[in-house]
Amino acid sequence: MQPIAMNGDQAIAYAWKQVNPDVVAAYPITPQTIIVEAFSEYVADGLVDTEFVCAESEHSAMSLCIGAAAGGARTCTATASAGLAFMWEMLYIAASMRLPIIMAVANRALSGPINIHCDHSDTMGARDSGWIQIYGENAQEAYDNSIMAFKIGEHLDLRLPVMTNFDGFITSHSLENLSLLQDDDVKKFVGEFKAIRPLLDYRNPVTYGPFDPPDFYFEHKYQQVEAMSRAMPIIKKVADEYAKLSGRFYDIVEPYRTEDADFVAIAVGSTAGTLRSVVDELRAEGKKVGSLKLRVFRPFPDKEIIEALEGKKAVAVLDRAISFGATGPIFPEVRSALFDASERPKVVNYIYGLGGRDVSIEELKSVYNGLMTGRCDRVNYLGVRI
Amino acid sequence: MASDKPVIVGNATGCLEVSTTVYPYTAWAVPWIHSAFENAAATITGVESAYRALVRKGVIKDEIRFIAFGGDGGTYDIGFQSLSGAIERGHRFVYVCLNNEAYMNTGIQRSGATWKGASTTTCPAGACIPGKKEFPKDLTKIIIAHELPYAAQASPHNWKDMMEKAAKAFEANGPAFINVVAPCPRGWRFDSSQTIQIARLAVETCIWPLYEYENGTWRLTGDSKRIAEGKKEKRPITDWLKSQGRFRHLLTEKWKHVADEIQAEVDRKWEQLKKYCEE
Repeated sequence: MQPIAMNGDQAIAYAWKQVNPDVVAAYPITPQTIIVEAFSEYVADGLVDTEFVCAESEHSAMSLCIGAAAGGARTCTATASAGLAFMWEMLYIAASMRLPIIMAVANRALSGPINIHCDHSDTMGARDSGWIQIYGENAQEAYDNSIMAFKIGEHLDLRLPVMTNFDGFITSHSLENLSLLQDDDVKKFVGEFKAIRPLLDYRNPVTYGPFDPPDFYFEHKYQQVEAMSRAMPIIKKVADEYAKLSGRFYDIVEPYRTEDADFVAIAVGSTAGTLRSVVDELRAEGKKVGSLKLRVFRPFPDKEIIEALEGKKAVAVLDRAISFGATGPIFPEVRSALFDASERPKVVNYIYGLGGRDVSIEELKSVYNGLMTGRCDRVNYLGVRI
Repeated sequence: MASDKPVIVGNATGCLEVSTTVYPYTAWAVPWIHSAFENAAATITGVESAYRALVRKGVIKDEIRFIAFGGDGGTYDIGFQSLSGAIERGHRFVYVCLNNEAYMNTGIQRSGATWKGASTTTCPAGACIPGKKEFPKDLTKIIIAHELPYAAQASPHNWKDMMEKAAKAFEANGPAFINVVAPCPRGWRFDSSQTIQIARLAVETCIWPLYEYENGTWRLTGDSKRIAEGKKEKRPITDWLKSQGRFRHLLTEKWKHVADEIQAEVDRKWEQLKKYCEE
């Protein structure tokens, strides 16, 4: 197909159109809204035969998705920020019922004060809910991740819900030239949805969501642990298959010029792309720097991080969110992973870009300068007026 | 018995859910789902949406009915938004509120369905305050204001009336709602052998009239119809208050005025309902 200009939201709606899910239930929230608007047009024009439900809240949207997925339907939704927070309770339930619901999240700051722009406090806060989390860097990745997510979440060894995250406005609203797959290729790639013990199979009744006393609850949680532990190879396998189809390969973590680098910065989302150009500029100056894109955050890729960063002199973890009273949320996880490295680099934290604060090339250079000169604190705040 | 079609059941968190599904057992011989306290309507209509989609795609050919159960806490209060939204969207499902007028699964705390003067653990009758200060919201009328195809109030003492209403609810071409008075021996403080008698008393005192709303028409049923027609006595509210420990304090001289207010409110609403049903 010829490249076509779309923003990240439109790209996701287009991916869903090609998948033609059974049920989409959603509530509009900036900057996700374009997804449900675009998808509702596909519904209105009969381009999909999805049951599209405009719920009265995100809480009900996720509740509907749970009912629909338990019913036996291929189901997806989209949200952002406060909407994701409003779904919080239901996120855990979707995961515990092992329902492969696919959800696009246009990352956006949480209130308060209210702010509609990008940061990762929404999905980082949902990290413990039992969902797989994949972060896309641009609209192309938002599209590609959306297609792969169905195949990952619905894998019979997994059956877990998947969040496909991308940066609000930066990715959701910026136009890009996209390479799209053919409809038939997408349908063939994701395959027919195979419902497991669906409620609608009334001849074989099942009970979903019973009261689970202390003598079983822990085991059920452990089953989620086991399922999550199977995710990483499946995500890799799906990425391999997708690469064969599309020519685009996405790894769990994506190192850039790290082989001989001494100093590496890590980021998720759109900043990972900016980091690469910063690396190129600094490399042109002869600096031994590299970057690492963290694409999959749940499950957390300890092994891949050690492989990429063992023996480096210093590493900066860029967090677009804060855990108040602690640090950024990715920082301690990277640090913890590297604790098991044979040669442990120094690891520092840079918190940046909250509430859509722009991050410039110069600022990202200052991160590397901090690493190279050692003139940085354990936790640093990039671009804030202190 | 109210439907010959297969049913799929949704349940809010509450006594019914906890007492029937203690893992690894289940009392349900039909497909059943509970996801949370506040979303029985959204969850079951999610299943119904899956059904619509799969019927459209030709995967499912059978007719299936959908029903959700919630207590008054999960219906009048925390689940109200999801119920209202589901009805507004016109999903075809039956919602049954088992109304025992308080949060009974977590103890005996007030809800939006708790009657004025009732003593609960969060609105206890004390030296200064005689139990709950407010009248309950009239949820059945609020639901009817959505102008859905079918809504009704029922009581377990008149099972035939309840069954007929359930049958109509299942066959309504859209959302249907049945609010059922559900006396709670523990929370209302009476001997459990009196449960059906208490339910009957609720209807006989007109604190819980039996009626239905069917495609725009209001109709009294059962004892309430007979009371309106003068064929049966309308009993004083003191009979109701005397029957339960939660109202015991209202029988003292100090709080008699509260009992009088309850009687006045029951009378006002009863006259109002009779007018709706005449039109």
